[in-house]
Amino acid sequence: MPYLGSEDAVRELRRALSNPNVQSDQLRYRNTVLKAIRAMSQGVDVSDLFSEMVKACATVDIVQKKLVYVFLCSYATLNPELSLLVINTLRKDCQDPNPMVRSLALRNMTNLRLPSLVEYVEQPLAAGLRDRAACVRRVAVLGWAKLHNLQPDAEIDAAVVNELYGLLRDPDPVVMVNCLRALEEILKKEGGVAINKPITHHLLNRLKESDVWGQCEVLRILQRYHPQSEDELFDILSLLDASLVSPHPPVMAATLGLFLGLCSGLPAVSLAALERVRGPLLAACGSTSRETRFTALCHIQLLLRSLPGLMGAHYKRFFCGYAEPAYIKQRKMQVLVELVNDENVAMLLDELKGYCTDVNPETAQAAISAIGRIGRSYSDRCLEILTGLLGLKQEHITSAVVQTMCDLVWVCPQCSDTVCSALEGCEEMLQDSQGRQALLWLLAAYGERVSSAPYTLEGFIDRVRSEASLGVKMELLTTTMRLFLCRPSETQDMLGRLLHYCIEEEMDMCVRDQALLYYRLLHCGIEETHKVLHGQRSDPSLGVLIGRPAEPINQWAYSFNTLEPLRQAGVETEPASRGSPEHVTFDPKPNTDLSDTLNCSQIEKVNLAGSDGASGFTCSSAKVLAPLSLSLSPALSPEEFEHLWMQRHAEQGAEKLEEEEEDYVCLEERIQFPAIPPCSPQSLQAAMQLVNIQTLAFTPPHTLPWRVYLYTHTHHAHYGSTLVIGELLYIGEASRRVAAVKKGMEDGDVVEGEQEAGLSGRALVRKDGREEEVEVTLKQQPRDDNALKGFLSILTTVLHTLSSESS
Amino acid sequence: MISQVFILSSQGDHLIYKDFRGEAGSDVVSVFYEKVTALTGDQPPVVMSHGDLHFVHVRQGGLYWVATTTSPGSSPFTIIEFLNRFSALVKDYCGSLSEKSVQMNFALIYELLDEVVDYGYIQTTSSDVLKNFIQTEAVSSKPFSLFDLSNVGFFGAETQQSKVAPSSAASRPIQSSREQGGRSEIFLDVIERMSVVIGSKGVVLKADVEGEVRVKCFMPSCSEMRIGLNEEFSIGKSQLRGYGAAVRVDECRFHQNVHLDEFHSNRVLRLCPSQGEQTVMQYQLSDDLPSAPPFRLFPTIERDSGGRLLMYLKLRCDLPSKRFVVISALSQELSSPDQSAELKLQNRAIDWKIPRFIGGTQLSALFKTSSPPPHPSPPPPPVGPVVLVFELPQLTVSGLQIRFLRLSPVQPAPSQRWIRYVTHSDSYILRL
Repeated sequence: MPYLGSEDAVRELRRALSNPNVQSDQLRYRNTVLKAIRAMSQGVDVSDLFSEMVKACATVDIVQKKLVYVFLCSYATLNPELSLLVINTLRKDCQDPNPMVRSLALRNMTNLRLPSLVEYVEQPLAAGLRDRAACVRRVAVLGWAKLHNLQPDAEIDAAVVNELYGLLRDPDPVVMVNCLRALEEILKKEGGVAINKPITHHLLNRLKESDVWGQCEVLRILQRYHPQSEDELFDILSLLDASLVSPHPPVMAATLGLFLGLCSGLPAVSLAALERVRGPLLAACGSTSRETRFTALCHIQLLLRSLPGLMGAHYKRFFCGYAEPAYIKQRKMQVLVELVNDENVAMLLDELKGYCTDVNPETAQAAISAIGRIGRSYSDRCLEILTGLLGLKQEHITSAVVQTMCDLVWVCPQCSDTVCSALEGCEEMLQDSQGRQALLWLLAAYGERVSSAPYTLEGFIDRVRSEASLGVKMELLTTTMRLFLCRPSETQDMLGRLLHYCIEEEMDMCVRDQALLYYRLLHCGIEETHKVLHGQRSDPSLGVLIGRPAEPINQWAYSFNTLEPLRQAGVETEPASRGSPEHVTFDPKPNTDLSDTLNCSQIEKVNLAGSDGASGFTCSSAKVLAPLSLSLSPALSPEEFEHLWMQRHAEQGAEKLEEEEEDYVCLEERIQFPAIPPCSPQSLQAAMQLVNIQTLAFTPPHTLPWRVYLYTHTHHAHYGSTLVIGELLYIGEASRRVAAVKKGMEDGDVVEGEQEAGLSGRALVRKDGREEEVEVTLKQQPRDDNALKGFLSILTTVLHTLSSESS
Repeated sequence: MISQVFILSSQGDHLIYKDFRGEAGSDVVSVFYEKVTALTGDQPPVVMSHGDLHFVHVRQGGLYWVATTTSPGSSPFTIIEFLNRFSALVKDYCGSLSEKSVQMNFALIYELLDEVVDYGYIQTTSSDVLKNFIQTEAVSSKPFSLFDLSNVGFFGAETQQSKVAPSSAASRPIQSSREQGGRSEIFLDVIERMSVVIGSKGVVLKADVEGEVRVKCFMPSCSEMRIGLNEEFSIGKSQLRGYGAAVRVDECRFHQNVHLDEFHSNRVLRLCPSQGEQTVMQYQLSDDLPSAPPFRLFPTIERDSGGRLLMYLKLRCDLPSKRFVVISALSQELSSPDQSAELKLQNRAIDWKIPRFIGGTQLSALFKTSSPPPHPSPPPPPVGPVVLVFELPQLTVSGLQIRFLRLSPVQPAPSQRWIRYVTHSDSYILRL
């Protein structure tokens, strides 16, 4: 806050400071100096007073001395010549019998930050290291670090470094810690202070003498130490165990950081340490300081990535307080979503429901989307709440609910019926562009099921002239096109009007180009249009919330106890936005659309490049099966899958007795897959998705029997498409059985007699005893042997690629 | 490692600015203020970045306490804890935390900062160490008040009031006690914060208590102090001590200077308190409160055809009688002149203030709200929860009591010891 007429004020101050009457009266002199400092800290430029202040420095009044030093340190760099005058006073003070004066002089001498003064400072600093008062030694030790940073290129004085290492044994703990800090800075180029076994043990033994700040520093520096043996490691860990549950959050966090560093090779110990800090972290979450609460919450989110069950029983501690700021509430909700399980889901949803009507719209929206996230696992309960919220007819709530539903449907297609029925009548309440885009996206995906869809669209198209949001216009174009494909008679007229408007009158290039693109596309015929526009409606692979595999600790340990977790504002710990429906649909899901029509031959090429081990197998199959392609749409929900699967099983028993119209094939096969248990579910899922096979469920790694359920659709140029559902089963070496291929088949085109001959049976591949085998059971509908064979070879290739990668 | 520390008032005035490492200019102060005021409500403000510089700040006493650092690997726990500790020190030395007191004592604060941090490294925050270095006298912002005289009875007789310390007694600078001599006082506060959620059917959904025992010591030198807690105090679920109603907490943490050798046998804490304020013990209790929550609400809500909302609220205080409760805010009317109610449209809340609520009684209020009908058929607006903000003096929900507070050996100067209990509402929510 610069004062008006600050120049006058400075002139006034200077007159007062140089007034001999003032100078002779200690109290007045001090008060005048005080005024100058006050002006300085308020942002007034008082550098002109430098010479007067230098004079004021020579005084016996310690308070005045301190004040003057504050001034001098701020302005010394502007007046290097005048600063030389201060050095004499400072050097004299360094001889003062009072240790406080000595330390004060030494500290400010090094704080002037003038390279030209270094030669005068070195001698008192060297003396300071040997001073009998600890407070002087503390200052002197850090003084060397300051000096070094003033001249970063100067040679490091080995004698000083040695002396500093020696001072690590100083009886005063602050001197010891300051030595560490100074050595860190001076030896930065060599990688910091040398942390060897004697130093580590010395530091650890004296850890308790230091205060909180010193302990944190020591623990941080010790992260560089690598214990030589496991015994030593465990000795260190047991020494540190008490600090792990320290009531001071900084010590607790620093200790955990050190633990995670030391135990990076021992995940079990790290996990135990995480369990141990649960208490102190929860306490920090209830701290009176909201900043501490926030920090603790951010770190709990990190911990939950590796130990999702860590806070499950303590979910009530994350209920939001009434007066908490919105950013803490949001973090708490993010944590609550992670903690949901069968026991607490009712309570949790009840609590979140309470937040949905919060006065703060951001909090309300965050609560609604949190319910949506839980909806991935508990869709019925959540949809009930969401549809209930629509009844409140509040603009921001409706918008958030529609956006949430849009996200939810993308992950759980089985919710679409409820969502479609809830959509009716929402459009009046939607005012913001995100909400309207979400509504349009839903209409595009499920237009055929929402009876009022054309009317809603008509409303949008009538108002398109006054529409301000680019995103809404783009989405509107896409939606109208897609709705035209499924309900042509109702939409034809309005599509024409919209295209006409967008091409002829719209000023924005993006919208115009998009409209032109669609217009030309329609010229190519309805088949082509369908191919381009028929996007994916859901992506169940994003998966459910609970039972999500835990990440290894190493993935986040580096960012623990740094500013990183606090800075990534609002970024959710789960990569949820990977493929969720974009509300800004400038690019209509380029990756999914591309891979939808990805051809099998391409895939094989990719895999050939990736794995040499399995190339023999693949080459041949690639030639045979070139025209086969896989796709994920239409999506199959877990419920549908289960239904189909069970049905097949039931029929298998009954097939001999009854003639059935349904045509399906059942195949059991064994393939070698040496690296089954080590292969993580994520990588398996990712690999499968690359070739458009959807994995629906799997058992966690390292459990036996290990199962994976998957499905895909095969598209064959000549024979049309079939649905393949399958199970991979690995039962372990002990219970390995002889492979068998069973096949049941009822098909309109194929004669029943082919049942035994059809699939050339027992295609058992079994080379050496070391490799494991996986039992593959596949069911196909309608029957298409070639497609099934093709699929099997793709599957084999993927598994081989995976195993060669992981081994 | 801290690069700079500065204090800003809520209007952005520069109060204190100190650069420890010369890594950034002083213009970052304005940068920080612009950034912090530009944030929307839901963006976390605690850590912000500007180029290579990271701002970490806390809010205490309506001021921004900011530290900047250039290394993103700095521990947020350490910096935040330091800023909180630093503001506590300033409070100890200046008596209270406000823009005015910081402005008046800036020389003292510079002096403190100089001793506390050197070259960006925290040296010490212990008031025992600091008292040897700090020379500047605190300037108290409190003017002379007649209230101080009221403690003195006629002809020096002890009045009732002189036996009770005024509530502001503990908010004064610690240093001045040295000069005033005789007033060596020690305050022991047991402070509990309740966070309770009561469902619409009166079921307690959540009840947490966070408590702490705080010592504020004005004695220049204090030898050992012994604090006796209830003998039947127990930690954890399984452990039960003594007969009758045990005082139980889930978790308990102690200050590192507390000696616990007598704790397990007699529930006695021993410590040598340093000057200023420190938290001796923190404890926490969830779900299993020894008594029913202190307030219960019996609401009746009706809507008539004209879109009017009638709320009849009956609030009962289930505390033992003769205890007063100060309720400063409650989202709700008024039969007596000292209560007041106000409709706050911005927060969409009704604020019902009850200055004093006697235990074992009940209060009731009737609110009618009407709104001009904007729609032909206005949807019924949901009525949000009732939030109680209160302070219960002389009471701890957990039942923790201080049996005795003994200073040994007996101080040469007569010392005064005050023990105070208070329970605050952290978040007391009653769903409708």
